[in-house]
Amino acid sequence: MGKTLTEKVLGRKAGKEVQAGEVITVSPDYVLSHDNSAAIIQEFRKLGVKKVRAPEKIVIVLDHIVPASEEKYAQNHKSIREFVAEQGIPHFFDINAGICHQVLPEQGFALPGKVIVGSDSHTPSYGALGAFATGIGRTETACTWATDEIWLRVPETMRIDLSGRFRAGIFAKDLSLKIIGDHGAEMANYKAIEFAGPAAGDLSVGARLTLANMSAEMGAKNGYFAPDVKTLKWLEGRARGPFVVASSDPDARFESVLAYDLDALEPQVACPHTVDNVKPIGAVAGKPVNQVLIGTCTNGRLEDLEAAAAIFKGRKVHLGVRCLVIPASWEVYREALKSGALAILVDAGCVILNSGCGPCLGAHEGIMAAGEVCLSTSNRNFRGRMGHRDSEIYLASPATAAATAVAGKIADPREFA
Amino acid sequence: MSQGKVWKYGDNVNTDVIFPGRYTYQIMPPEEMAKHALEDLDPEFAGSVRPGDVVVAGKNFGCGSSREQAAACLRGAGVQAVVARSFARIYFRNAINLGLAVLQCDDAVDALEKGDVVDIDFARGEIRSAKGTFRFLPLPDSVIGILEAGGLLEYTRKKLEKE
Repeated sequence: MGKTLTEKVLGRKAGKEVQAGEVITVSPDYVLSHDNSAAIIQEFRKLGVKKVRAPEKIVIVLDHIVPASEEKYAQNHKSIREFVAEQGIPHFFDINAGICHQVLPEQGFALPGKVIVGSDSHTPSYGALGAFATGIGRTETACTWATDEIWLRVPETMRIDLSGRFRAGIFAKDLSLKIIGDHGAEMANYKAIEFAGPAAGDLSVGARLTLANMSAEMGAKNGYFAPDVKTLKWLEGRARGPFVVASSDPDARFESVLAYDLDALEPQVACPHTVDNVKPIGAVAGKPVNQVLIGTCTNGRLEDLEAAAAIFKGRKVHLGVRCLVIPASWEVYREALKSGALAILVDAGCVILNSGCGPCLGAHEGIMAAGEVCLSTSNRNFRGRMGHRDSEIYLASPATAAATAVAGKIADPREFA
Repeated sequence: MSQGKVWKYGDNVNTDVIFPGRYTYQIMPPEEMAKHALEDLDPEFAGSVRPGDVVVAGKNFGCGSSREQAAACLRGAGVQAVVARSFARIYFRNAINLGLAVLQCDDAVDALEKGDVVDIDFARGEIRSAKGTFRFLPLPDSVIGILEAGGLLEYTRKKLEKE
């Protein structure tokens, strides 16, 4: 019986052949944390050891509340900077880097065959480049800092075969929402998802990052694409070191296989208050909005900003709508400056914010009042997530977000071509 | 074994309603977190929950963010166990790592309603109530050692001492 990519990557780390269902202990390649490092440090101090075991494996990116909006966040950031210096942690990214899930791929940490754990639920994003990457909690992050090991259950794998190609105005975000709407937020709980099929290779690395990121909303432990020529090209000049490419054997065991035809897709919107409450754009078009958010680890990359700019060109944000734009990283920020996309967004009346998580998790920069409605390119629309418990969040692609900002109500991007 | 009252909820109870994001990056002790537990789902919960109470819910409990406070705040409120059809995977790990029992039992979820009084017998793997006795799925071996040590921190501390 052949092996899946996940079985191969985890088996190489465990130093033996492994199969789905087995529990193994591995030493991860990287351990990610962000602003929550302040809380992790407090847990680490309770363990009775002075030094982290492998400082070179720890990657800390400040992104959740950057720059600090309140004194308590400033204190958290300060304690993190002090810990980084004390422990000699070489991979620290301060408030001018970007969202961890964009920074790790750009900076060459997220590589094929690597095992990456992170104290953030969207850590599976790195599967876009063929890594095994999964989210963990704060306490186990602290313990992994101390021991350089973690237990993992090797997951069963669900495969999603993609065929056809996206029509104009349709993007990876629409596909991810369609899958979640069809099969529910628990569809892949404890499992791996392999995105495969003839269309997988056509998808840009950015589109792959969106899908791997959204696999977290399918409940997956990890979501991935097998590395291909596109992956290797994207990694040129970025990879921090050697890596081993793995992909699933033709006779690997998949627990289930789904199929999606990209040609058949139309724009999708996830409605309040769950990510799996998904409707086609026609069912929600016309709903007035107060705020639009374009950015986040799901959809803040250059191609996302350019898709929005294509719609904003020669148009304005609707009177009374607040349109917030957050480039996912400073690299994206610079590229969008060069490409002219940012100028179009600014001319249209968008508010450009520092690269980071922004209001996505409801801590700062665009919190909503009772009764307000936001259409966001982020990944979660749970009640109260971006502010008052009686505010509403709709999730969609950057193109749908831009069309909505122009119209002042949820709108189909295909009407703005 | 201890007795408590049931708090009943539906499917996909997510970490944002268990412990809202607006508090996530404020560092606070579990007793303080308990004051915000389930704030956006059931405003009555935090003020009325008593030590030993049990949260009963449908499938995919704890989906969403990796925030550990979503487990810590229930532990801080004295909740002795969450009984659900299934748990989101990071929530499951976090709960075990903090010593909060997470029990899978469809029959108990079908039968129990808000206010029912239950006993949980961990040794026998049973949830007992006036509506019947329900067996929950045994926890995987991999996590029993962590629970027995009282959580991952204690487990790891002991392991590091031995090295």
